[in-house]
Amino acid sequence: MPEIRNYTLNFGPQHPAAHGVLRMVLELDGEVVMRADPHIGLLHRGTEKLAEHKTFLQSVPYMDRLDYVSMMCNEHAYVMAIEKLLQIEVPIRAQYIRVLFDEITRILNHLLWIGAHALDVGAMTMFLYAFREREDLMDCYEAVSGARLHAAYYRPGGVYRDLPDSMPQYDLAKMPKHNAGDIKFMNSNRQGSMLDFIEDFTQRFPTYVDEYETLLTDNRIWKQRTVGIGVITPERALAKGLTGPMLRGSGVVWDIRKQQPYEVYDRLDFDIPVGVNGDCYDRYLIRMEEMRQSNRIMIQCVDWLRKNPGPVITQNHKIAPPNRESMKSNMEELIHHFKLFSEGMHVPAGEAYCAIEHPKGEFGIYLVSDGANKPYRLKIRAPGFAHMQAMDEMARGHMIADVVALMGTMDIVFGEIDR
Amino acid sequence: MNTFLHGLANSLQNALAGKAFTLTERLDELTLVVRDTDWVSVALILRDHPDLRFEQLVDVCGMDYCDYGQGQWDGRRFAAVYHLLSVGLNQRVRVRVFAPDDDFPLVDSIVDIWPAANWYERECFDLYGIVFKGHDDLRRLLTDYGFIGHPFRKDFPLSGNVEMRYDPDQHRVIYQPVTVEERVLVPRTLREDSYSA
Repeated sequence: MPEIRNYTLNFGPQHPAAHGVLRMVLELDGEVVMRADPHIGLLHRGTEKLAEHKTFLQSVPYMDRLDYVSMMCNEHAYVMAIEKLLQIEVPIRAQYIRVLFDEITRILNHLLWIGAHALDVGAMTMFLYAFREREDLMDCYEAVSGARLHAAYYRPGGVYRDLPDSMPQYDLAKMPKHNAGDIKFMNSNRQGSMLDFIEDFTQRFPTYVDEYETLLTDNRIWKQRTVGIGVITPERALAKGLTGPMLRGSGVVWDIRKQQPYEVYDRLDFDIPVGVNGDCYDRYLIRMEEMRQSNRIMIQCVDWLRKNPGPVITQNHKIAPPNRESMKSNMEELIHHFKLFSEGMHVPAGEAYCAIEHPKGEFGIYLVSDGANKPYRLKIRAPGFAHMQAMDEMARGHMIADVVALMGTMDIVFGEIDR
Repeated sequence: MNTFLHGLANSLQNALAGKAFTLTERLDELTLVVRDTDWVSVALILRDHPDLRFEQLVDVCGMDYCDYGQGQWDGRRFAAVYHLLSVGLNQRVRVRVFAPDDDFPLVDSIVDIWPAANWYERECFDLYGIVFKGHDDLRRLLTDYGFIGHPFRKDFPLSGNVEMRYDPDQHRVIYQPVTVEERVLVPRTLREDSYSA
């Protein structure tokens, strides 16, 4: 009888299901995974070290590039850590805007996740559907910050500027393949302010989620690929450092937005979905429900923001720049502006840890300042890092094709894992 | 200190009676500094004590204090900073453990207490060269295979020591000393306390 040996397979780093650059060494017995050893760091850019050599404000755009599918949430944790050390208050309107965009970001993230996860498992259509809705939300990003992805919109002390009064519209001259009727139709929900556009989106979006669910929730192939795959008990999930939907999928009731509310989450009405079985299918259901709940939060924020105008960034000019007009006419403001953008702000010595409920889990920033104009140490606690670490335990005993489903359910993005 | 943190501080004081530690509160966060010799036993208490129940290790952060306050630091150079979370009791604590020897920083591993520590300790070793005693798989994690040095130490240059390029003569990728010059556009400055807002 021939000797049967374990087979070692090198998965990635250039594999379409590796979600970027993951190299995984899989030890296989037939088609069953005996051990998975992820090799990460292929996208390591040293963000934390770079931040030590940049002023506090200059590091904001680096945060966008960590988890590059939920940009503003990364910025949020970073600016919150600075604000905590500075002990300043953020204007209430800015807090609502941040919550609004955090939830827009959550939907953006989950849409990309469901598209990529379904594509990995073999359902092409989801990807196309999800990107249709992402387009609208990225237009909101663009309208408010000028950039579709890397916004740099949250600033220490508030947000960069108030929401715009108009939405950018499609231009017939630049789109020769369309006729005037098409353009008019495409612009029909862009006639009012950005809040009108978001409101229109929130009215349409629940129907879209229903559409996604008709494609997947009762789909036999989808269930065969996800039900009972990657089961993790609540005890192991906690011990392994899992957070966010990965933890809630196992039935642990934990959401930082509810348990340790930041900004204005304690004033908003929303529910936290929790799973039962701790498998990929439960985590899928949770993320679908989270999109609906985010939609609910967005509606409440739009409503509040309509009624309550006000400042969106702190008036303390040691932290935030003065407005353009006063800078041009006032000596004091000019000096502030110059000092802020050359030397940067000084953050009092101390340390702070700020965590937010990022779409993927707990995203934390541990900031140590020695009183200089640059951070002394910036540690980024990325949720995906802990999730990736659990890969070995979750993949053992599963078939090789399930590894791809696991990677989908973990919502892996290498920008944040490798930092 | 708010009442909730006050209660947690009391629980910590009681649970850790007999150990050498300092407990400070700032910005609504509790920081515990423990001796490296006590660390494993303290970690067990933090996880298992009914009033503490820190069942989740959120983060491990390496620290190199040698430049702190531009040379005003007189304590030990390396430390590992742990962030713990109790999901059951909804509380957090930060624990700092200094490595006793600056030339060969060594801290006890807590992989057996919180399995999540595995990769965090590997990362910490990779970037700071802090060795975790008892960790059975302390390989580099984020840097390249065969990387030399610990890049996040304060004496490691931002631009690194070597760079990579394709050598057409040898038909392979080679390492060579870096050719980029490090530029500092905004110097690091310290100001008196009253300067910042």
